[in-house]
Amino acid sequence: MLKKLFHHASSQKDCARLCCTKIENFGVKAGRLVIFEDVNIHVHCGQLTAIIGPNGAGKSTLLKAILGEIPHTGKLKYTDAKGKHTGNPVIGYVPQYLKFDVSAPITVQDLFAACLSQRPVWLLPVNNRQEIIRCLSRVRAAELIDRRLGALSGGELQRVLVALALNPMPDLLLLDEPVSGVDQNGLEIFYEILEDLQNNEDMAIILVSHDLNMVARHADQVVLMDKGVVCSGTSREVFQDARTRKIFGMLAEGR
Amino acid sequence: MDIIYDLLSMLPFDWLSYGFMRNALLAVLLITPLFGLLSTMVVSNRMAFFSDSLGHGAFTGLALGAILGIFSPTMSLILFSVVFALLITWIKNNSTASTDTIIGVFSSVGIAAGLMMMSYGGGFNKYSSYLIGDILSITQEEIQSLALVLVVVLLAWGWIFNRLLILSVNSSFARSRGISVMLVEGIFAAMVAVVVAISIQWVGLLIINSLLVLPGAAARNVAQSVKQYHLLSVAFAMVAGISGLVLAYYFNMAAGATIVVIAAGIFFITLLLKGKMAK
Repeated sequence: MLKKLFHHASSQKDCARLCCTKIENFGVKAGRLVIFEDVNIHVHCGQLTAIIGPNGAGKSTLLKAILGEIPHTGKLKYTDAKGKHTGNPVIGYVPQYLKFDVSAPITVQDLFAACLSQRPVWLLPVNNRQEIIRCLSRVRAAELIDRRLGALSGGELQRVLVALALNPMPDLLLLDEPVSGVDQNGLEIFYEILEDLQNNEDMAIILVSHDLNMVARHADQVVLMDKGVVCSGTSREVFQDARTRKIFGMLAEGR
Repeated sequence: MDIIYDLLSMLPFDWLSYGFMRNALLAVLLITPLFGLLSTMVVSNRMAFFSDSLGHGAFTGLALGAILGIFSPTMSLILFSVVFALLITWIKNNSTASTDTIIGVFSSVGIAAGLMMMSYGGGFNKYSSYLIGDILSITQEEIQSLALVLVVVLLAWGWIFNRLLILSVNSSFARSRGISVMLVEGIFAAMVAVVVAISIQWVGLLIINSLLVLPGAAARNVAQSVKQYHLLSVAFAMVAGISGLVLAYYFNMAAGATIVVIAAGIFFITLLLKGKMAK
């Protein structure tokens, strides 16, 4: 327990005075089937929390519950840096881009204009191109503005979606990483961008990831889920846990 | 109105010398842009089957209007179609059954209940024109109400479109941006329902859905941005509408069906172009 307190800030005890999002007793059921229950996670600002787990563990569902998209039990509490309870945090969400309809004739600019303004995209020319370029440069994607969504690579689309999730600037950023489709170079850029956000915007990030290697290198806190929280802590703690080894088999060896 | 008719008669086409052709042309000029606009999001939101069921629901609406006789038939038709569309949208969002099953159920109930009521007492024949539609029988008052609907839909489209576009890309993403999926889907469904209801007697139940699918599907093949998508969809719908009407006049065919066949032709041409562009 002591070791946990001192290592990083992954302890769940010291949430009271810091800017913090608490996920308390979250549970989701589909009919009688329990997707997950008793999920308690505390996420500090400036921290990257990675959620790992086998397929069907309820990771993506947890993100949707946090978003308020599906009915769930439990509460989401957000406290800002001054210790005031500020109610609902602004949440940014980056869905698995694989579930995006990329065959539609929509350019990056179209999507941004539709998200950022009320001006009907189909009728009027955009009047905020500079603002869109600024948003895109945050994720090093300014040159993609006139490309069609379908013409982007997996990593490029992921970055465009991050840029969208950053407007308005969220308190809590939820990212649902796809199992595959982003090359190594794209992954590196992606994690560099997340690091920038942690450091410069003091943003709390929850990332559902399948890439244990990247998680081990970048996450401040790791939560292993399988129908509930199996174990959580620093990446070292979680990856050395016998239960992690059991669930991921050989994958977690040597970490 | 008179000025428009005078202008039309000045055009050097002998088919415009008939009053019913002038009316039909005006109706086509009003209906096809409507279908072109709605078609973009019917296709992008994968609602082809849904819009098909709306026609079937409108069928029940017609029968109910005729039997109950409380409101004017058109009013009961529009009201019932909107309720029908909202009911499907609501159940779709609140049930675990797959969307196509739910739409399939509603679609069959819509057509069956309509047929049952219409055939009551053996009087089905007087309704059979709704199956094929007859754009040549449209009157001046009806054209004016079509113009009103076009204006209303244009305004609503300006207001709702951005949200609808985001929704078409990914619904979770739309929700995370504070868009009420139920509300946006409901309003769009109601818009499509109204357009289907008012135009079903001119276009006909059997082909109305092709007009809601083909222009958007064809435009999607070649468009590179949202604006092109809209422009092409509306243009394709209007070209098919006008040329279909003229061809139908000269070869003495059903106008609605001719329009759909031309729209389908445009779709296949764009499909070929798309293949070429990909190479």
